[in-house]
Amino acid sequence: MFRKILLNYRSINNFHKTIKFDIKYLTQKRDFHVSLSKLSGEYEMQDPKSEEEVVNVTFIDKAGRSIDVRGKVGDNVLYLAHRFDIEMEGACEASLACTTCHCYVLDDYYDKLPFAEEKEDDLLDMAPFLKENSRLGCQIILTKELEGLKVELPKATRNFYVDGHKPKPH
Amino acid sequence: MFTVRSSILKTLISSNFSKFKYFSTLNNEIKVCIVGGGAAGFYSSQYLLKHLPNTQIDVIEKLPVPFGLVRYGVAPDHPEVKNVINTFNKTAQHPNFKYYGNVSLGKEVTLDELRKAYNIVVLSYGSEIDTLLNISGEDKKNFMSAREFVGWYNGTPGLEELNPDLSGEEVILIGNGNVAIDVARILLTPVDILKKTDITEYSIEALSRSKVKKVYMVGRRGPLQAAFTIAELREMLKIPNVQTIWRSADFEGITSDTVTSLPRPKKRITELMLKSLQEAPKASSDDKQFLPIFFRSPIQINGDSQVESIDFSHTVLKNDRAIATNDVEKITGQLVCRSIGYKATSVDPSINFDDKNGRVVNKHGRVLMKDSTEIDKGLYVAGWLGTGPSGVILTTMNNAFQISQTIIDDIKNGELNCDEKKPGFDYSKFRAVTWDDWKKIDEKEVECGKKLDKPREKIVSVDEMLKLI
Repeated sequence: MFRKILLNYRSINNFHKTIKFDIKYLTQKRDFHVSLSKLSGEYEMQDPKSEEEVVNVTFIDKAGRSIDVRGKVGDNVLYLAHRFDIEMEGACEASLACTTCHCYVLDDYYDKLPFAEEKEDDLLDMAPFLKENSRLGCQIILTKELEGLKVELPKATRNFYVDGHKPKPH
Repeated sequence: MFTVRSSILKTLISSNFSKFKYFSTLNNEIKVCIVGGGAAGFYSSQYLLKHLPNTQIDVIEKLPVPFGLVRYGVAPDHPEVKNVINTFNKTAQHPNFKYYGNVSLGKEVTLDELRKAYNIVVLSYGSEIDTLLNISGEDKKNFMSAREFVGWYNGTPGLEELNPDLSGEEVILIGNGNVAIDVARILLTPVDILKKTDITEYSIEALSRSKVKKVYMVGRRGPLQAAFTIAELREMLKIPNVQTIWRSADFEGITSDTVTSLPRPKKRITELMLKSLQEAPKASSDDKQFLPIFFRSPIQINGDSQVESIDFSHTVLKNDRAIATNDVEKITGQLVCRSIGYKATSVDPSINFDDKNGRVVNKHGRVLMKDSTEIDKGLYVAGWLGTGPSGVILTTMNNAFQISQTIIDDIKNGELNCDEKKPGFDYSKFRAVTWDDWKKIDEKEVECGKKLDKPREKIVSVDEMLKLI
């Protein structure tokens, strides 16, 4: 049973582009959402089945370190980050209710992404250090087109201690 | 693949390096007490458990149940926001994490006792009183704070007896932040939608009898200074059978040029307000109304024993501040909630507390000694108690992570010596609620919720919670 659900979930993820709106619609329905969120991150924990599936991603973490990882088609960038222990939170578990996975999409990859939906833009408006290339990590699903994707975590805590810089008191 | 390996290698090197740095403390378990089991407390625990080896964390919480404002502040119709509890649950599973609910700092334990028992104490018990308007009449019946109203529908122990009188048609909310919007939304949303959430059953019962038709939300400054955010406004605009009615005079002088020059968040929310203003209201006499009003500052609360109306002075903006003029407008309302901010309180006389600003005196989370600029070593403050009450969960998360990193750096740099072996505190003499106990309460709540077709029905009485243990 579980395996079957997992397979369904994977196929949804793999074909996310064609049925994206269906997923969005379905995830709004409570019961489906619950099963999705329980599985969230499980697909990302699996290695790519073949080289064709591989999508290389570079994360630049809060300390400014570059971390190259091998993702695969269908991976959600938030859960991919979790797999490689990169500190991108995801407080609301990809349900579009917080901004804890705010990130910057570097170079021309920003333009390769599907447009943010209204709700994502609304949330980004609340994110500190908002930039032109801001997105929520949980809304980025890897495709072959995104090979080489570069994602940077915002400065909120970056360099806070590394270089002795101290932020202004609140 | 190589790159992944090299990053693992780097981690290994750096962790060995840090082991060397931590050497003096490695043999000794660092005992940390976190006061307050809300978002700041859990995020601090999460970070410390991950990055500070050999740490034992005890979280003490005034209420038997954990999660603070995630449980009692987040609106019942925003269940996704509460998903963060899953992350907190993971933290609580850590073998070096212990939870002691129903233990209050300043009552069962003093700060001095905790300081003796632990190497590090982090204060993160939040802000729980609200800022007063400081005008006469705030004690009138049915004049309350939005914090109380939210606590009432969310089941905060002690607020179940608030009994707001919803028999009048008009409600005034003073202040226009997201808390005010939450109250407006709960008052205006059809009960059939709300009753499927984890809102308390008694408030559903009261809301189903509510006669409220109009909710005014009044701000001192203009639309460009409004404190609510776009996601919350958009939700208001989408509530079925509710019209949002703006005053066009409030938007005078806001031209398309002004809008284009605004930073993105202000620009998008102003555009949304203008769009909503221009849309002709879909007139239906049955519709309820949401009426945001700007440039009005409360000066007097009228009514005999119960509030009947509020006098507001017109304001003008000067250097971004609202300056009252001599013009006065009376708005009638039979229920009034003030929602102009929270304040923290000092719960123990040893806390170096800034009464004026309602926060613990600190420098980047390090608590300072009383009447001194010197750091009180080993004492930290995280979350709203240190920063003041504003911001979303991300703000609190970042703050808690930063403070936790400060603690780790202080140990690394030798600023904070944790060599002394500390005993921790023995909570067995109190009726402390453990994590397993909380799970029993949690299960019972979910079980009761099932019968009502809700995610959970919160147990409100502390006594009842303790009976389940």
